[in-house]
Amino acid sequence: MSTLIVVEHRDGALTASTTHVVAAARALGTEVDLLVAGEGIDAVAAAAARLDGVRAVLTADHAVYAHQLAEPMAALIVACVDDYSHLLAAASSSGKDILPRVAALKGVPQISDIIAIEAPDTFKRPIYAGSAIATLSNHAPLKVMSVRTSAFDAVAETGSAEIRALGIVVDNTLSTFVGDELATSHGPELGSARVIVSGGRGLGSGENFKLLDGVAAKLGAAIGASRAAVDAGYAANDLQVGQTGKVVAPDLYIAVGISGAIQHLAGMKDSKVIVAINQDEEAPIFGVADYGLVGDLFEVIPALESRL
Amino acid sequence: MKVLVGVKRVIDYNVKVRVRPDHSDVDLTNTKMAMNPFCEIAVEEALRLKERGVASEIVAVSIGPKAAQEQLRTALALGADRAIHIESEERLDSLEVAQVLARLVAEEQPGLVILGKQAIDSDNNQTGQMLAALTGMGQGTFASRLEVTDEEVQVTREVDGGLRTLALRLPAVITTDLRLNEPRHARLPDIMKAKKKPIDSRGIDTVGLAASGYLRLERVETPAARQGGSKVASVDELVDKLKHEAKVL
Ligand SMILES: Cc1cc2nc3c(=O)[nH]c(=O)nc-3n(C[C@H](O)[C@H](O)[C@H](O)COP(=O)(O)OP(=O)(O)OC[C@H]3O[C@@H](n4cnc5c(N)ncnc54)[C@H](O)[C@@H]3O)c2cc1C
Ligand SMILES: Cc1cc2nc3c(=O)[nH]c(=O)nc-3n(C[C@H](O)[C@H](O)[C@H](O)COP(=O)(O)OP(=O)(O)OC[C@H]3O[C@@H](n4cnc5c(N)ncnc54)[C@H](O)[C@@H]3O)c2cc1C
Repeated sequence: MSTLIVVEHRDGALTASTTHVVAAARALGTEVDLLVAGEGIDAVAAAAARLDGVRAVLTADHAVYAHQLAEPMAALIVACVDDYSHLLAAASSSGKDILPRVAALKGVPQISDIIAIEAPDTFKRPIYAGSAIATLSNHAPLKVMSVRTSAFDAVAETGSAEIRALGIVVDNTLSTFVGDELATSHGPELGSARVIVSGGRGLGSGENFKLLDGVAAKLGAAIGASRAAVDAGYAANDLQVGQTGKVVAPDLYIAVGISGAIQHLAGMKDSKVIVAINQDEEAPIFGVADYGLVGDLFEVIPALESRL
Repeated sequence: MKVLVGVKRVIDYNVKVRVRPDHSDVDLTNTKMAMNPFCEIAVEEALRLKERGVASEIVAVSIGPKAAQEQLRTALALGADRAIHIESEERLDSLEVAQVLARLVAEEQPGLVILGKQAIDSDNNQTGQMLAALTGMGQGTFASRLEVTDEEVQVTREVDGGLRTLALRLPAVITTDLRLNEPRHARLPDIMKAKKKPIDSRGIDTVGLAASGYLRLERVETPAARQGGSKVASVDELVDKLKHEAKVL
């Protein structure tokens, strides 16, 4: 048995998600190969080769893979996945985009967002916004799965796998890249941050939302948000934490002016320590908080910033 | 241009689901059901395309039990022109749903297919990508903006780190994200009128689906509850506890 992992990278660097997916693949007990596709990917391939437990890094370096669009990526993966029993990627926006397309082209189902591996063919995943955990067995010849990265610890980077160019070029007449509008964030990435300060509708405006920046800067934290805060335009779309946004599990999650709807809890309730700051002592967020502080956030946040 | 929209019947998002005592599945008996919120966004986007003169006909499709016709009636009340119901009491996986939808795409030849990005019951986030693969179309997943011209659709997608815009050749498959639009509510007169709109209902046996049996649901459990609920009285106490008790600062 062997596993192929689709490596994610951005701006010429490996994203942290891949190191967690490798950990999941190692838990399967199979050989692990990585696929790096893109244009000008030598540095990414070299970084991927350092991940512990990797047998080989396969590369496809060509303009058609430049933005890792789903159509050429899926065609490439289909062309090189035949020898593998498992195909994994992070349950990130890129993994979610590419992987089901590959599964359908191979005529096999996909299991999304696995959080535990019981056996090489048996996996756990949350359903209904995390209200239930399903155990599924997968009897397909190729087991395609996306991995919830927060559920697996990252592997170390002391390896030295072989790097092999595949030389596969596919064509893509279906989609073309037009442009990116990527946020320039100063702090750590939401998906891999050790501390997250997250704001909700209680912040009241985009201007007020910036109050969180001071606390976040002192804690080296990433900023997150509830759906209500994103919908209202206080925070960028990709900061949404929850069932239909990002799922995070930092060491410390500070929820400010967030009520704690089940859809929000689905994205953060596996955090190690949860702090809730809310003026409504009945707010459901307190039910999952290790430390709840009932109070007006406009007093609490400046006070907290000054004590840190 | 004809637009095909997926409408899935799911548990209402406000309802908390219970696991059956024998752990065989969740218990949905007498549970309030609704249209998947992302499908509401898909229907709304199709309506807006029609209002702008881009779409000429909207066909809503649901695969599911007889009761899924309720959600199709909602789509019709909102403004879909007709509906197709593929009746199945069995639970299908996303690939099987995509296979059925691919059949309907071959039959209907839509210029655009709009599905939700994920169903809030299974949280799979697969069907649109799979349908695009099976029909050889391009895919615009997690869409927050669409612009359709004669030959192509420009899709702005919600991705990690921000937004990405792609151009797809038509026909194409789009999956909706939350910020694509704010769905309207059906008005009472339209709900009455929708009762006269046609729903073409057929059995799943008519679409020639060969179930693979690859996936088996072994067990469903309630996750371990988090022990929360402790309060602190002041910012000083909070900082002290985070430093000395939780040791996260
Ligand atoms: C299909 C679907 C998907 C969804 N996905 C997500 C998701 O991924 N993530 C997500 O977060 N939500 C999601 N939601 C929305 C979710 O149901 C809630 O509506 C949302 O989480 C509420 O956000 P909030 O807590 O910021 O706002 P509210 O529920 O309005 O809470 C605001 C809180 O702020 C407190 N507050 C107000 N002023 C102050 C003050 N001065 N000081 C202290 N506290 C104050 C209030 O007491 C209140 O508890 C989804 C919903 C649907 C239907
Ligand atoms: C508790 C539970 C257990 C499950 N167990 C199994 C199992 O054992 N084996 C198995 O194979 N599957 C299982 N499933 C999967 C489930 O039946 C499928 O996920 C589902 O029917 C099809 O995919 P989806 O809705 O998850 O797709 P998603 O990809 O999440 O949905 C995206 C969009 O696709 C469209 N769409 C999806 N389904 C339909 C539909 N029926 N009609 C019209 N449009 C649709 C909608 O527009 C929707 O917004 C289980 C699901 C749950 C909740």
